[in-house]
Amino acid sequence: MRRKPFPWHITVFLAPAALIYTVFMIYPMIASLDFSLYQTVEGGKQVFVGLGNYIRLLTDPLWSHSFWNAFRNNVVFFLIHMTLQNPIGLLLAALLATNIRGAWVYRTIIFTPTILSVVLIGFAWKLILSPTWGIWFPLLDKLGLGNNEIAIALLGNEKSALITLALISVWQNIGIPMMLFLAALIRIPTELIEAAQVDGASGWRIFWRIQFPLIIPTVGIVAILTFIGNFNAFDLIYATQGALAGPNFSTDIMGTFFFRTFFGFQLRPGDPNMGATVAGMMLLIILTGVIIYLYGWQRRMEEVQF
Amino acid sequence: MTGKRYRWLRALKTGGVHAALIAYSALVLFPILLVFMNSFKDQMSIFGEPLKPPTPATFSIEGYKTLFDVANFGHYFVNSLIVTVVSLLLIVYLGAMAGWALAEYEFKLNTFMAIYLALGIMVPIRLGTVGILRLLAGWHLVNTLTALILVYTAMGLPLSIFILSRFFTQLPPDFKDAARIDGASEYRIFTLVLPLVRPALGTVAAISMIPVWNDLWFPLILAPSERTKTIVLGAQVFLGQFLNDWQAVLAALSLAMIPAVLLYMIFSKQLIRGLTAGAVK
Repeated sequence: MRRKPFPWHITVFLAPAALIYTVFMIYPMIASLDFSLYQTVEGGKQVFVGLGNYIRLLTDPLWSHSFWNAFRNNVVFFLIHMTLQNPIGLLLAALLATNIRGAWVYRTIIFTPTILSVVLIGFAWKLILSPTWGIWFPLLDKLGLGNNEIAIALLGNEKSALITLALISVWQNIGIPMMLFLAALIRIPTELIEAAQVDGASGWRIFWRIQFPLIIPTVGIVAILTFIGNFNAFDLIYATQGALAGPNFSTDIMGTFFFRTFFGFQLRPGDPNMGATVAGMMLLIILTGVIIYLYGWQRRMEEVQF
Repeated sequence: MTGKRYRWLRALKTGGVHAALIAYSALVLFPILLVFMNSFKDQMSIFGEPLKPPTPATFSIEGYKTLFDVANFGHYFVNSLIVTVVSLLLIVYLGAMAGWALAEYEFKLNTFMAIYLALGIMVPIRLGTVGILRLLAGWHLVNTLTALILVYTAMGLPLSIFILSRFFTQLPPDFKDAARIDGASEYRIFTLVLPLVRPALGTVAAISMIPVWNDLWFPLILAPSERTKTIVLGAQVFLGQFLNDWQAVLAALSLAMIPAVLLYMIFSKQLIRGLTAGAVK
């Protein structure tokens, strides 16, 4: 029997992509995790400390205070997206799916902020909410909130800055859940909906009894995409509040905490080992979310469907 | 219920849907138009009458002049363009080659490679930044556009391979078999099938473009030099420095938004198709 020749063409097709991906994505990720197990001592020597950096990050007050603060803020940031961005995105998609005239115009407009850089969006909103520009102030006056300290400086106040930034992010990113929900709604066979209409079901009932149950897989996809995006966010906070995520670190999230730890800030020099440790924690958080999604949510979905 | 009354009720409902969508669209457009409109006004009227469009009396392009005198926006724009175009070409073509290999050939490591290459869809590349910076510093690639292109290519490939391999799987086999019987090499067959998935290539390009064009993180960390700044980083630095020159700030914001909006108008069809295709489980 003749041996098959080595499949060179498969190698040629796969190698360039696999090489770039391995060298610039997988290898740095592993190198970064490895790096988080070391500490730099005097003279620049690397000393293996095992999980010492992770223990330090979680328990040493010098680190743990900032870490838990960033983590808590990130959870709040994520919850605001889950309770506002995704339901409103679903509502907009449901309205667009009613075969309304000009749906593509609305769809195109609502998606526009999503394609713009976070830096520009963040800064534009910063100007609009600024007390020096006469937009936000007169509006507050009309609402009778002209003397409300928090409302006057939404981004300059510890109580409101994080929530305001989350709302700006919701405003910008709502196009993504809207599109994904819309795609799922359009895939539902029209006969199903027409049959229910003939039976006299209201639009509200049709939505909850027929459309929503059929797009539940998309709800899961949107949730996990939001989770990954939020726990990896950085640009908006950095562009509007700077690397110090002010006021008083009240808008610090994992991404900005990672940046500061890695590069240093003010008098504190950057610590690449601890930076890698923070990135390792972020990876752990994101992987936990992905695993819960894959095994907890998607598997249950399959049981329900088949 | 009479037919007439039913029709009236339906018109009311349609009106309500339009009202809700118009209201939301206004909320979306207001900040963008406000910035754009005020970038063409003088300092006085920006503050005095922010909601009014520019009139001949208040028209001013002083902000844009400052922008061109001080910051090198043309150069930043070219940098962004080079990085985005080269990355997209690599993402689309290398992704198509790999996607084709996974879809067309049965080989021992097929499933393993498919899963390995898909990992990057879920895990953000930013988390490897410490490793990337050390690697590129070792190769003296910090502050080069090459660094950005390589990283963005690695970032975009997983989704590109995933989507394209699914498109290749759906191609009818007759065409490929006919070509093979005619004695075409596997490389020749690939060049023959590539035009068949052209819509998919456009789609992948459109959804890969946004995160590359708009990224702040990697330009800030890997290529912050004046020579290699992208338009987003350039705008970010400029906005920080000219905080009090509102005309210049508004002009910078408007100018940086225009290319993205233009690209969006050109590619919105592919983009929307891509988002909806990518949503299928």
